[in-house]
Amino acid sequence: MSELRALYQEIILEHNKKPRNFRKLEHATRTLEGYNPLCGDHYTLYLKIENDTVVDISFEGAGCAISKASASVMTTMLKGKSKDEAQGLFETFHKLVTGELKDISFETLGKLAAFAGVSEFPARVKCASLAWHTMRNALDAQSEPVSTE
Amino acid sequence: MQTYQDILTSKKSGPGFDPDLVRGSFPILNTTVHGKKLVYLDNAATTQKPESVIKALDNYYRQLNSNIHRGVHSLSEKATEAYEGVRDKARQFINAASNMEIIFLRGTTEGINLVAGSYGRSNVGQGDEVLITGLEHHSNIVPWQMLCNQTGAVLKVAPIDDKGEVILSEFERLIGPKTKIVAIAHVSNALGTVNPVKRMVAIAHAHGIPVLLDGAQAVPHFRIDVRDLDCDFYAFSAHKMYGPTGIGILYGKQRILEAMPPYQGGGDMIRSVTFEKTIFNDLPHKFEAGTPSIADTIGIGAAFDFLNGLDWDAVSHYEHELLVYASEVIGAIPGLRIVGTAREKAGVLSFVMDDVHPHDIGTILDREGIAVRTGHHCAQPVMLRFGIPATVRASFALYNTKEEVDELVRGIYTVKEVFH
Repeated sequence: MSELRALYQEIILEHNKKPRNFRKLEHATRTLEGYNPLCGDHYTLYLKIENDTVVDISFEGAGCAISKASASVMTTMLKGKSKDEAQGLFETFHKLVTGELKDISFETLGKLAAFAGVSEFPARVKCASLAWHTMRNALDAQSEPVSTE
Repeated sequence: MQTYQDILTSKKSGPGFDPDLVRGSFPILNTTVHGKKLVYLDNAATTQKPESVIKALDNYYRQLNSNIHRGVHSLSEKATEAYEGVRDKARQFINAASNMEIIFLRGTTEGINLVAGSYGRSNVGQGDEVLITGLEHHSNIVPWQMLCNQTGAVLKVAPIDDKGEVILSEFERLIGPKTKIVAIAHVSNALGTVNPVKRMVAIAHAHGIPVLLDGAQAVPHFRIDVRDLDCDFYAFSAHKMYGPTGIGILYGKQRILEAMPPYQGGGDMIRSVTFEKTIFNDLPHKFEAGTPSIADTIGIGAAFDFLNGLDWDAVSHYEHELLVYASEVIGAIPGLRIVGTAREKAGVLSFVMDDVHPHDIGTILDREGIAVRTGHHCAQPVMLRFGIPATVRASFALYNTKEEVDELVRGIYTVKEVFH
Protein backbone atom coordinates (compact mmCIF):
# COMPACT_ATOMS: atom_id res chain seq x y z
CA MET A 1 0.00 0.00 0.00
CA SER A 2 2.84 2.44 0.78
CA GLU A 3 4.15 2.36 -2.79
CA LEU A 4 0.62 2.90 -4.06
CA ARG A 5 0.25 5.86 -1.72
CA ALA A 6 3.55 7.20 -3.03
CA LEU A 7 2.14 7.02 -6.56
CA TYR A 8 -1.38 8.19 -5.83
CA GLN A 9 -0.53 11.12 -3.56
CA GLU A 10 -3.29 13.39 -2.29
CA ILE A 11 -2.28 16.15 -4.66
CA ILE A 12 -2.60 13.78 -7.64
CA LEU A 13 -5.99 12.49 -6.54
CA GLU A 14 -7.17 16.01 -5.92
CA HIS A 15 -6.03 17.31 -9.33
CA ASN A 16 -7.59 14.24 -10.95
CA LYS A 17 -10.92 15.00 -9.30
CA LYS A 18 -10.80 18.74 -9.92
CA PRO A 19 -8.41 19.43 -12.76
CA ARG A 20 -7.28 23.05 -13.02
CA ASN A 21 -7.47 25.03 -16.26
CA PHE A 22 -9.70 22.27 -17.63
CA ARG A 23 -11.37 24.06 -20.49
CA LYS A 24 -10.94 25.15 -24.04
CA LEU A 25 -8.83 28.28 -24.37
CA GLU A 26 -10.35 30.87 -26.67
CA HIS A 27 -7.75 32.69 -28.75
CA ALA A 28 -5.10 30.04 -28.16
CA THR A 29 -2.06 30.58 -30.33
CA ARG A 30 -1.04 26.91 -30.15
CA THR A 31 -3.32 23.87 -29.92
CA LEU A 32 -1.93 20.37 -29.85
CA GLU A 33 -3.27 16.90 -29.23
CA GLY A 34 -1.62 14.38 -26.92
CA TYR A 35 -2.88 10.86 -27.52
CA ASN A 36 -1.72 7.46 -26.31
CA PRO A 37 -3.87 5.13 -28.39
CA LEU A 38 -3.01 1.95 -26.48
CA CYS A 39 -4.05 3.53 -23.18
CA GLY A 40 -6.75 5.75 -24.55
CA ASP A 41 -5.35 8.81 -22.73
CA HIS A 42 -6.40 11.69 -24.97
CA TYR A 43 -5.94 15.41 -24.29
CA THR A 44 -5.92 18.67 -26.16
CA LEU A 45 -3.54 21.30 -24.87
CA TYR A 46 -4.15 25.00 -25.51
CA LEU A 47 -1.43 27.61 -25.18
CA LYS A 48 -1.45 31.34 -25.58
CA ILE A 49 2.08 32.52 -26.26
CA GLU A 50 3.03 36.18 -26.37
CA ASN A 51 6.64 37.37 -26.65
CA ASP A 52 7.94 33.89 -25.99
CA THR A 53 5.97 33.71 -22.75
CA VAL A 54 3.11 31.39 -21.83
CA VAL A 55 0.43 33.91 -20.94
CA ASP A 56 -2.32 31.31 -20.68
CA ILE A 57 -2.64 27.55 -20.83
CA SER A 58 -5.48 25.06 -20.53
CA PHE A 59 -6.41 21.50 -21.47
CA GLU A 60 -9.34 19.23 -22.17
CA GLY A 61 -9.73 15.51 -22.55
CA ALA A 62 -9.82 12.23 -20.66
CA GLY A 63 -7.44 9.67 -19.28
CA CYS A 64 -6.09 8.05 -16.14
CA ALA A 65 -5.49 9.88 -12.86
CA ILE A 66 -1.75 10.12 -13.44
CA SER A 67 -2.04 11.67 -16.89
CA LYS A 68 -4.83 14.04 -15.93
CA ALA A 69 -3.22 15.24 -12.68
CA SER A 70 0.08 15.67 -14.47
CA ALA A 71 -1.57 17.85 -17.12
CA SER A 72 -3.43 19.83 -14.49
CA VAL A 73 -0.36 20.47 -12.30
CA MET A 74 1.63 21.39 -15.38
CA THR A 75 -0.86 24.08 -16.41
CA THR A 76 -0.70 25.65 -12.93
CA MET A 77 3.09 25.83 -13.12
CA LEU A 78 3.52 27.18 -16.62
CA LYS A 79 1.42 30.30 -16.62
CA GLY A 80 3.74 33.31 -16.91
CA LYS A 81 6.80 31.20 -17.65
CA SER A 82 9.11 31.91 -20.57
CA LYS A 83 9.69 29.22 -23.19
CA ASP A 84 13.13 28.56 -21.73
CA GLU A 85 11.73 28.19 -18.23
CA ALA A 86 9.06 25.83 -19.55
CA GLN A 87 11.74 23.77 -21.26
CA GLY A 88 13.67 23.66 -17.99
CA LEU A 89 10.62 22.40 -16.10
CA PHE A 90 10.05 19.77 -18.77
CA GLU A 91 13.58 18.47 -18.25
CA THR A 92 13.23 18.43 -14.46
CA PHE A 93 9.92 16.58 -14.70
CA HIS A 94 11.31 14.08 -17.17
CA LYS A 95 14.27 13.28 -14.94
CA LEU A 96 12.00 13.02 -11.94
CA VAL A 97 9.62 10.43 -13.39
CA THR A 98 12.40 8.39 -14.95
CA GLY A 99 14.19 8.18 -11.60
CA GLU A 100 17.19 10.34 -12.44
CA LEU A 101 16.47 12.93 -9.77
CA LYS A 102 16.30 10.77 -6.69
CA ASP A 103 18.43 12.96 -4.43
CA ILE A 104 16.96 16.35 -5.16
CA SER A 105 15.10 18.08 -2.32
CA PHE A 106 11.33 18.34 -2.49
CA GLU A 107 11.59 22.09 -1.91
CA THR A 108 13.39 22.52 -5.23
CA LEU A 109 10.72 20.53 -7.06
CA GLY A 110 7.68 22.29 -5.66
CA LYS A 111 4.42 20.72 -6.84
CA LEU A 112 6.32 18.38 -9.15
CA ALA A 113 7.43 16.42 -6.08
CA ALA A 114 4.02 14.72 -6.09
CA PHE A 115 5.16 12.77 -9.14
CA ALA A 116 8.30 11.32 -7.57
CA GLY A 117 6.51 7.98 -7.01
CA VAL A 118 5.96 7.49 -10.75
CA SER A 119 9.55 6.32 -11.26
CA GLU A 120 8.72 3.16 -9.28
CA PHE A 121 6.01 2.34 -11.83
CA PRO A 122 7.77 2.22 -15.21
CA ALA A 123 4.53 1.38 -17.05
CA ARG A 124 3.06 4.69 -15.92
CA VAL A 125 5.86 7.04 -17.00
CA LYS A 126 4.16 7.45 -20.36
CA CYS A 127 0.98 8.58 -18.59
CA ALA A 128 2.76 11.16 -16.45
CA SER A 129 4.75 12.61 -19.32
CA LEU A 130 2.04 12.83 -22.02
CA ALA A 131 0.96 16.40 -21.27
CA TRP A 132 4.56 17.55 -20.82
CA HIS A 133 5.69 16.16 -24.17
CA THR A 134 2.61 17.71 -25.78
CA MET A 135 3.51 21.07 -24.21
CA ARG A 136 7.09 20.90 -25.43
CA ASN A 137 6.06 20.07 -28.98
CA ALA A 138 3.45 22.82 -28.90
CA LEU A 139 6.13 25.32 -27.88
CA ASP A 140 8.18 24.11 -30.83
CA ALA A 141 5.17 24.91 -33.03
CA GLN A 142 4.80 21.28 -34.10
CA SER A 143 1.39 20.18 -35.31
CA GLU A 144 1.57 16.36 -35.26
CA PRO A 145 -0.32 14.75 -32.34
CA VAL A 146 2.05 13.64 -29.59
CA SER A 147 2.29 10.13 -28.17
CA THR A 148 4.50 8.83 -25.37
CA GLU A 149 3.76 5.15 -26.00
CA MET B 1 -40.75 -39.34 -5.88
CA GLN B 2 -37.48 -37.48 -5.62
CA THR B 3 -36.55 -36.61 -2.06
CA TYR B 4 -34.40 -33.75 -0.88
CA GLN B 5 -31.70 -36.30 -0.11
CA ASP B 6 -31.82 -37.48 -3.75
CA ILE B 7 -31.31 -33.93 -4.95
CA LEU B 8 -28.33 -33.50 -2.67
CA THR B 9 -26.86 -36.79 -3.85
CA SER B 10 -27.42 -35.95 -7.50
CA LYS B 11 -25.70 -32.62 -6.98
CA LYS B 12 -22.72 -34.33 -5.42
CA SER B 13 -22.42 -36.83 -8.20
CA GLY B 14 -23.20 -34.25 -10.87
CA PRO B 15 -20.59 -32.73 -13.12
CA GLY B 16 -17.71 -31.79 -10.89
CA PHE B 17 -14.38 -30.26 -11.80
CA ASP B 18 -11.82 -29.40 -9.20
CA PRO B 19 -9.43 -26.68 -10.42
CA ASP B 20 -6.99 -27.62 -7.67
CA LEU B 21 -6.34 -30.87 -9.50
CA VAL B 22 -4.94 -29.00 -12.51
CA ARG B 23 -3.39 -25.99 -10.77
CA GLY B 24 -0.40 -28.08 -9.73
CA SER B 25 0.37 -28.68 -13.40
CA PHE B 26 0.94 -24.96 -14.02
CA PRO B 27 4.28 -23.96 -12.45
CA ILE B 28 3.75 -20.21 -12.90
CA LEU B 29 0.65 -20.24 -10.72
CA ASN B 30 2.92 -20.80 -7.72
CA THR B 31 4.94 -17.66 -8.29
CA THR B 32 4.54 -14.29 -6.58
CA VAL B 33 4.21 -10.72 -7.88
CA HIS B 34 5.24 -7.80 -5.63
CA GLY B 35 5.40 -10.31 -2.80
CA LYS B 36 1.80 -11.44 -3.33
CA LYS B 37 0.61 -14.77 -4.67
CA LEU B 38 -0.07 -14.41 -8.38
CA VAL B 39 -3.76 -14.21 -9.27
CA TYR B 40 -3.69 -14.56 -13.03
CA LEU B 41 -6.86 -13.20 -14.61
CA ASP B 42 -5.53 -12.25 -18.04
CA ASN B 43 -6.26 -15.52 -19.77
CA ALA B 44 -7.98 -13.97 -22.77
CA ALA B 45 -4.61 -12.38 -23.59
CA THR B 46 -2.77 -15.66 -23.11
CA THR B 47 -3.20 -18.65 -20.84
CA GLN B 48 -0.47 -20.18 -18.71
CA LYS B 49 1.16 -23.43 -19.81
CA PRO B 50 1.02 -26.80 -18.10
CA GLU B 51 4.20 -28.73 -17.32
CA SER B 52 3.43 -31.19 -20.14
CA VAL B 53 3.53 -28.43 -22.77
CA ILE B 54 6.74 -26.95 -21.36
CA LYS B 55 8.32 -30.41 -21.32
CA ALA B 56 7.22 -31.15 -24.87
CA LEU B 57 9.05 -28.06 -26.11
CA ASP B 58 12.14 -28.95 -24.12
CA ASN B 59 12.03 -32.56 -25.19
CA TYR B 60 11.72 -31.66 -28.84
CA TYR B 61 14.99 -29.73 -28.79
CA ARG B 62 16.73 -32.39 -26.68
CA GLN B 63 15.57 -35.47 -28.55
CA LEU B 64 13.99 -34.72 -31.90
CA ASN B 65 15.29 -31.46 -33.34
CA SER B 66 15.60 -31.79 -37.09
CA ASN B 67 13.97 -30.27 -40.13
CA ILE B 68 10.84 -31.94 -41.42
CA HIS B 69 9.69 -33.23 -44.81
CA ARG B 70 13.27 -33.27 -46.08
CA GLY B 71 15.88 -35.57 -44.68
CA VAL B 72 16.13 -39.29 -45.12
CA HIS B 73 17.90 -39.50 -41.80
CA SER B 74 16.19 -40.87 -38.73
CA LEU B 75 15.86 -37.66 -36.76
CA SER B 76 14.15 -35.90 -39.63
CA GLU B 77 11.78 -38.82 -40.06
CA LYS B 78 10.96 -38.77 -36.35
CA ALA B 79 10.43 -35.00 -36.33
CA THR B 80 8.20 -35.24 -39.41
CA GLU B 81 6.21 -38.01 -37.82
CA ALA B 82 5.74 -36.01 -34.63
CA TYR B 83 4.79 -32.86 -36.57
CA GLU B 84 2.27 -34.64 -38.78
CA GLY B 85 0.99 -36.54 -35.74
CA VAL B 86 -0.07 -33.21 -34.26
CA ARG B 87 -1.99 -32.42 -37.45
CA ASP B 88 -3.96 -35.57 -36.84
CA LYS B 89 -4.62 -34.55 -33.22
CA ALA B 90 -5.77 -31.13 -34.43
CA ARG B 91 -8.15 -32.70 -36.93
CA GLN B 92 -9.68 -34.82 -34.19
CA PHE B 93 -9.77 -31.89 -31.77
CA ILE B 94 -12.02 -29.80 -34.02
CA ASN B 95 -13.58 -32.75 -35.86
CA ALA B 96 -12.35 -31.74 -39.32
CA ALA B 97 -12.92 -34.23 -42.13
CA SER B 98 -9.31 -34.53 -43.24
CA ASN B 99 -5.76 -33.62 -42.23
CA MET B 100 -5.56 -31.67 -45.49
CA GLU B 101 -7.92 -29.16 -43.89
CA ILE B 102 -5.48 -28.36 -41.04
CA ILE B 103 -2.95 -25.62 -41.77
CA PHE B 104 -0.31 -24.74 -39.20
CA LEU B 105 0.62 -21.08 -38.99
CA ARG B 106 1.56 -18.49 -36.38
CA GLY B 107 -1.87 -17.91 -34.89
CA THR B 108 -5.40 -16.64 -35.41
CA THR B 109 -4.18 -13.38 -36.91
CA GLU B 110 -2.12 -15.12 -39.57
CA GLY B 111 -5.03 -17.47 -40.29
CA ILE B 112 -7.36 -14.56 -40.98
CA ASN B 113 -4.70 -12.81 -43.06
CA LEU B 114 -4.25 -15.98 -45.09
CA VAL B 115 -7.94 -16.16 -45.89
CA ALA B 116 -8.20 -12.41 -46.63
CA GLY B 117 -5.04 -12.51 -48.74
CA SER B 118 -5.72 -15.71 -50.64
CA TYR B 119 -9.46 -16.34 -50.75
CA GLY B 120 -10.20 -12.63 -50.52
CA ARG B 121 -7.86 -11.49 -53.26
CA SER B 122 -9.27 -14.13 -55.65
CA ASN B 123 -12.95 -13.75 -54.85
CA VAL B 124 -13.58 -10.19 -53.66
CA GLY B 125 -13.54 -7.38 -56.20
CA GLN B 126 -14.55 -3.78 -56.81
CA GLY B 127 -17.94 -2.99 -55.27
CA ASP B 128 -18.18 -6.35 -53.47
CA GLU B 129 -18.82 -6.50 -49.75
CA VAL B 130 -17.21 -8.16 -46.75
CA LEU B 131 -19.40 -8.51 -43.66
CA ILE B 132 -18.05 -8.56 -40.11
CA THR B 133 -19.66 -7.68 -36.77
CA GLY B 134 -19.28 -4.82 -34.31
CA LEU B 135 -17.67 -7.19 -31.79
CA GLU B 136 -14.53 -8.02 -33.71
CA HIS B 137 -10.95 -7.93 -32.49
CA HIS B 138 -8.69 -5.76 -34.65
CA SER B 139 -7.30 -8.95 -36.19
CA ASN B 140 -10.70 -9.68 -37.71
CA ILE B 141 -11.14 -6.09 -38.92
CA VAL B 142 -7.82 -4.89 -40.30
CA PRO B 143 -7.07 -7.76 -42.76
CA TRP B 144 -10.52 -7.22 -44.31
CA GLN B 145 -10.07 -3.47 -44.35
CA MET B 146 -6.73 -3.95 -46.16
CA LEU B 147 -8.43 -6.29 -48.63
CA CYS B 148 -11.17 -3.73 -49.25
CA ASN B 149 -8.60 -0.97 -49.78
CA GLN B 150 -6.72 -3.14 -52.27
CA THR B 151 -9.78 -4.29 -54.21
CA GLY B 152 -12.28 -1.46 -53.91
CA ALA B 153 -14.64 -3.66 -51.91
CA VAL B 154 -16.72 -2.31 -49.01
CA LEU B 155 -16.51 -3.42 -45.38
CA LYS B 156 -19.94 -3.82 -43.77
CA VAL B 157 -20.42 -4.15 -40.03
CA ALA B 158 -23.37 -5.85 -38.31
CA PRO B 159 -24.10 -3.69 -35.24
CA ILE B 160 -24.33 -4.84 -31.63
CA ASP B 161 -26.90 -3.88 -29.02
CA ASP B 162 -26.40 -2.48 -25.50
CA LYS B 163 -25.88 -5.95 -24.07
CA GLY B 164 -23.06 -6.61 -26.51
CA GLU B 165 -24.98 -9.04 -28.72
CA VAL B 166 -24.96 -8.89 -32.51
CA ILE B 167 -28.38 -7.79 -33.77
CA LEU B 168 -29.20 -10.81 -35.89
CA SER B 169 -31.89 -9.12 -37.98
CA GLU B 170 -29.32 -6.47 -38.96
CA PHE B 171 -26.74 -9.15 -39.65
CA GLU B 172 -29.13 -10.90 -42.02
CA ARG B 173 -30.22 -7.63 -43.62
CA LEU B 174 -26.59 -6.75 -44.42
CA ILE B 175 -26.03 -9.96 -46.38
CA GLY B 176 -26.78 -9.16 -49.97
CA PRO B 177 -25.89 -10.12 -53.51
CA LYS B 178 -22.58 -8.27 -53.24
CA THR B 179 -21.46 -10.03 -50.04
CA LYS B 180 -18.55 -12.30 -50.79
CA ILE B 181 -17.43 -13.44 -47.33
CA VAL B 182 -18.57 -13.16 -43.72
CA ALA B 183 -16.10 -13.10 -40.79
CA ILE B 184 -17.30 -13.42 -37.19
CA ALA B 185 -15.76 -13.84 -33.75
CA HIS B 186 -17.00 -17.03 -32.11
CA VAL B 187 -16.47 -15.38 -28.70
CA SER B 188 -15.78 -11.66 -28.21
CA ASN B 189 -12.41 -11.01 -26.58
CA ALA B 190 -13.49 -7.68 -25.12
CA LEU B 191 -16.92 -8.58 -23.75
CA GLY B 192 -17.09 -12.38 -23.68
CA THR B 193 -20.23 -12.54 -25.83
CA VAL B 194 -20.72 -15.96 -27.40
CA ASN B 195 -22.12 -15.38 -30.85
CA PRO B 196 -24.77 -17.81 -32.15
CA VAL B 197 -22.34 -18.79 -34.86
CA LYS B 198 -24.04 -21.95 -36.00
CA ARG B 199 -27.14 -19.92 -36.76
CA MET B 200 -25.13 -17.12 -38.34
CA VAL B 201 -23.30 -19.61 -40.58
CA ALA B 202 -26.66 -21.05 -41.65
CA ILE B 203 -27.98 -17.57 -42.45
CA ALA B 204 -24.92 -16.76 -44.57
CA HIS B 205 -25.01 -20.16 -46.27
CA ALA B 206 -28.66 -19.64 -47.16
CA HIS B 207 -27.32 -16.79 -49.30
CA GLY B 208 -24.40 -18.89 -50.57
CA ILE B 209 -21.77 -16.91 -48.65
CA PRO B 210 -18.79 -18.60 -46.96
CA VAL B 211 -18.03 -17.84 -43.32
CA LEU B 212 -14.79 -17.52 -41.37
CA LEU B 213 -14.96 -17.91 -37.60
CA ASP B 214 -12.34 -16.34 -35.36
CA GLY B 215 -12.13 -19.00 -32.67
CA ALA B 216 -9.29 -17.53 -30.59
CA GLN B 217 -11.46 -16.98 -27.51
CA ALA B 218 -13.73 -20.00 -28.01
CA VAL B 219 -11.29 -22.89 -28.21
CA PRO B 220 -10.16 -22.65 -24.57
CA HIS B 221 -13.74 -22.76 -23.30
CA PHE B 222 -15.66 -25.33 -25.27
CA ARG B 223 -15.17 -28.19 -27.68
CA ILE B 224 -15.29 -27.13 -31.30
CA ASP B 225 -16.89 -29.21 -34.01
CA VAL B 226 -16.26 -27.48 -37.32
CA ARG B 227 -18.47 -29.90 -39.20
CA ASP B 228 -21.37 -29.29 -36.86
CA LEU B 229 -20.84 -25.51 -37.13
CA ASP B 230 -20.47 -25.97 -40.89
CA CYS B 231 -18.15 -22.95 -41.03
CA ASP B 232 -15.87 -22.66 -44.05
CA PHE B 233 -12.84 -21.42 -42.10
CA TYR B 234 -11.99 -21.59 -38.40
CA ALA B 235 -8.87 -19.88 -37.04
CA PHE B 236 -7.40 -20.26 -33.55
CA SER B 237 -4.19 -19.83 -31.55
CA ALA B 238 -2.40 -22.33 -29.33
CA HIS B 239 -1.33 -19.83 -26.70
CA LYS B 240 -4.88 -19.06 -25.64
CA MET B 241 -5.56 -22.78 -25.05
CA TYR B 242 -2.59 -23.64 -22.81
CA GLY B 243 -0.17 -24.14 -25.73
CA PRO B 244 2.90 -22.15 -26.83
CA THR B 245 2.92 -18.76 -28.51
CA GLY B 246 3.68 -18.48 -32.21
CA ILE B 247 1.60 -21.40 -33.39
CA GLY B 248 -2.01 -21.63 -34.46
CA ILE B 249 -4.30 -23.43 -36.81
CA LEU B 250 -6.43 -22.47 -39.74
CA TYR B 251 -9.12 -24.96 -40.65
CA GLY B 252 -10.64 -24.66 -44.10
CA LYS B 253 -13.01 -26.86 -46.05
CA GLN B 254 -10.95 -28.89 -48.46
CA ARG B 255 -12.71 -27.92 -51.67
CA ILE B 256 -12.35 -24.23 -50.82
CA LEU B 257 -8.69 -24.52 -49.80
CA GLU B 258 -7.93 -26.45 -53.00
CA ALA B 259 -9.27 -23.64 -55.13
CA MET B 260 -7.29 -20.99 -53.27
CA PRO B 261 -3.88 -19.76 -54.45
CA PRO B 262 -0.89 -20.02 -52.07
CA TYR B 263 -0.53 -17.26 -49.51
CA GLN B 264 3.26 -17.24 -49.29
CA GLY B 265 5.86 -18.77 -51.56
CA GLY B 266 8.93 -20.69 -50.46
CA GLY B 267 10.23 -24.07 -49.47
CA ASP B 268 7.92 -26.94 -48.53
CA MET B 269 4.95 -25.44 -50.38
CA ILE B 270 6.26 -26.55 -53.77
CA ARG B 271 6.43 -29.75 -55.71
CA SER B 272 8.93 -28.58 -58.28
CA VAL B 273 10.59 -25.32 -59.14
CA THR B 274 12.30 -24.09 -62.29
CA PHE B 275 12.94 -20.49 -63.20
CA GLU B 276 10.08 -20.75 -65.65
CA LYS B 277 7.46 -22.43 -63.51
CA THR B 278 6.63 -23.70 -60.05
CA ILE B 279 4.22 -26.50 -59.33
CA PHE B 280 2.68 -26.07 -55.91
CA ASN B 281 2.46 -28.79 -53.33
CA ASP B 282 -0.83 -30.38 -52.26
CA LEU B 283 -2.86 -29.42 -49.24
CA PRO B 284 -2.06 -28.61 -46.53
CA HIS B 285 1.61 -28.00 -47.46
CA LYS B 286 0.60 -25.52 -50.16
CA PHE B 287 -0.08 -23.05 -47.33
CA GLU B 288 2.95 -23.84 -45.18
CA ALA B 289 5.89 -22.12 -46.84
CA GLY B 290 9.26 -22.36 -45.13
CA THR B 291 10.37 -24.28 -42.08
CA PRO B 292 7.48 -24.06 -39.65
CA SER B 293 7.69 -23.64 -35.90
CA ILE B 294 8.17 -27.36 -35.34
CA ALA B 295 8.77 -27.22 -31.59
CA ASP B 296 5.68 -25.09 -31.02
CA THR B 297 3.64 -27.47 -33.16
CA ILE B 298 4.79 -30.32 -30.92
CA GLY B 299 3.81 -28.02 -28.04
CA ILE B 300 0.26 -27.53 -29.29
CA GLY B 301 0.07 -31.32 -29.57
CA ALA B 302 0.78 -31.53 -25.84
CA ALA B 303 -1.91 -28.89 -25.24
CA PHE B 304 -4.42 -31.03 -27.18
CA ASP B 305 -3.45 -34.01 -25.01
CA PHE B 306 -3.89 -31.91 -21.87
CA LEU B 307 -7.36 -30.76 -22.96
CA ASN B 308 -8.38 -34.21 -24.16
CA GLY B 309 -7.58 -35.57 -20.71
CA LEU B 310 -10.29 -33.41 -19.13
CA ASP B 311 -13.98 -34.03 -18.67
CA TRP B 312 -15.24 -31.20 -20.87
CA ASP B 313 -18.82 -31.18 -19.63
CA ALA B 314 -17.44 -30.71 -16.14
CA VAL B 315 -14.94 -28.04 -17.20
CA SER B 316 -17.55 -26.04 -19.13
CA HIS B 317 -19.94 -26.29 -16.21
CA TYR B 318 -17.24 -25.15 -13.80
CA GLU B 319 -16.11 -22.23 -15.98
CA HIS B 320 -19.69 -21.11 -16.42
CA GLU B 321 -20.32 -21.21 -12.66
CA LEU B 322 -17.13 -19.26 -12.04
CA LEU B 323 -18.13 -16.54 -14.50
CA VAL B 324 -21.62 -16.33 -13.00
CA TYR B 325 -20.11 -16.06 -9.52
CA ALA B 326 -17.62 -13.38 -10.64
CA SER B 327 -20.37 -11.41 -12.38
CA GLU B 328 -22.49 -11.50 -9.23
CA VAL B 329 -19.87 -10.48 -6.69
CA ILE B 330 -18.07 -7.96 -8.88
CA GLY B 331 -21.30 -6.58 -10.32
CA ALA B 332 -22.50 -5.93 -6.76
CA ILE B 333 -19.64 -3.51 -5.99
CA PRO B 334 -21.06 0.03 -5.78
CA GLY B 335 -19.89 2.38 -8.52
CA LEU B 336 -18.83 -0.48 -10.78
CA ARG B 337 -20.51 -1.33 -14.07
CA ILE B 338 -20.08 -4.53 -16.06
CA VAL B 339 -19.72 -3.87 -19.79
CA GLY B 340 -21.11 -6.67 -21.93
CA THR B 341 -24.11 -8.43 -20.49
CA ALA B 342 -24.96 -10.85 -23.29
CA ARG B 343 -27.14 -13.81 -22.40
CA GLU B 344 -24.40 -16.19 -23.41
CA LYS B 345 -20.87 -15.36 -22.34
CA ALA B 346 -17.61 -17.19 -21.88
CA GLY B 347 -14.50 -16.43 -19.90
CA VAL B 348 -14.55 -12.63 -19.89
CA LEU B 349 -15.72 -10.02 -17.40
CA SER B 350 -15.16 -6.43 -18.53
CA PHE B 351 -15.98 -3.55 -16.26
CA VAL B 352 -15.54 0.16 -15.60
CA MET B 353 -15.68 2.13 -12.35
CA ASP B 354 -17.00 5.60 -11.65
CA ASP B 355 -14.20 8.14 -11.39
CA VAL B 356 -11.33 5.66 -11.64
CA HIS B 357 -9.68 5.04 -14.98
CA PRO B 358 -9.00 1.37 -15.90
CA HIS B 359 -5.24 1.96 -16.00
CA ASP B 360 -5.20 3.18 -12.42
CA ILE B 361 -7.22 0.11 -11.45
CA GLY B 362 -4.77 -2.13 -13.32
CA THR B 363 -1.74 -0.62 -11.56
CA ILE B 364 -3.29 -1.00 -8.12
CA LEU B 365 -4.45 -4.58 -8.77
CA ASP B 366 -0.97 -5.45 -10.02
CA ARG B 367 0.51 -4.37 -6.68
CA GLU B 368 -1.91 -6.84 -5.09
CA GLY B 369 -0.56 -9.61 -7.33
CA ILE B 370 -3.63 -9.60 -9.58
CA ALA B 371 -3.00 -9.61 -13.33
CA VAL B 372 -5.83 -8.15 -15.42
CA ARG B 373 -5.87 -6.46 -18.77
CA THR B 374 -6.76 -2.80 -19.01
CA GLY B 375 -7.25 -0.85 -22.18
CA HIS B 376 -9.23 -1.31 -25.36
CA HIS B 377 -8.33 -4.99 -25.79
CA CYS B 378 -7.56 -4.54 -29.49
CA ALA B 379 -11.25 -3.88 -30.01
CA GLN B 380 -11.47 -0.09 -30.26
CA PRO B 381 -14.79 -0.14 -32.16
CA VAL B 382 -16.36 -2.06 -29.24
CA MET B 383 -15.14 0.64 -26.83
CA LEU B 384 -16.49 3.34 -29.14
CA ARG B 385 -19.85 1.56 -29.26
CA PHE B 386 -20.11 1.77 -25.47
CA GLY B 387 -18.68 5.29 -25.32
CA ILE B 388 -15.74 4.34 -23.08
CA PRO B 389 -12.00 4.61 -23.75
CA ALA B 390 -11.11 1.38 -22.01
CA THR B 391 -12.25 -1.30 -19.58
CA VAL B 392 -10.71 -3.53 -16.97
CA ARG B 393 -10.95 -7.10 -18.19
CA ALA B 394 -10.75 -10.09 -15.91
CA SER B 395 -10.63 -13.24 -18.00
CA PHE B 396 -10.79 -16.75 -16.66
CA ALA B 397 -9.27 -20.14 -17.35
CA LEU B 398 -10.07 -23.55 -15.97
CA TYR B 399 -7.45 -23.18 -13.21
CA ASN B 400 -9.02 -20.04 -11.72
CA THR B 401 -10.95 -20.34 -8.48
CA LYS B 402 -13.67 -18.55 -6.55
CA GLU B 403 -11.01 -17.58 -4.01
CA GLU B 404 -9.18 -15.73 -6.78
CA VAL B 405 -12.39 -13.93 -7.71
CA ASP B 406 -12.66 -12.93 -4.03
CA GLU B 407 -9.07 -11.62 -4.22
CA LEU B 408 -10.13 -9.51 -7.20
CA VAL B 409 -13.04 -8.12 -5.19
CA ARG B 410 -10.65 -7.27 -2.34
CA GLY B 411 -8.32 -5.64 -4.88
CA ILE B 412 -11.14 -3.49 -6.21
CA TYR B 413 -11.89 -2.34 -2.68
CA THR B 414 -8.20 -1.38 -2.36
CA VAL B 415 -8.67 0.73 -5.49
CA LYS B 416 -11.61 2.43 -3.80
CA GLU B 417 -9.51 2.98 -0.69
CA VAL B 418 -6.68 4.60 -2.66
CA PHE B 419 -9.09 6.82 -4.57
CA HIS B 420 -11.42 7.22 -1.55
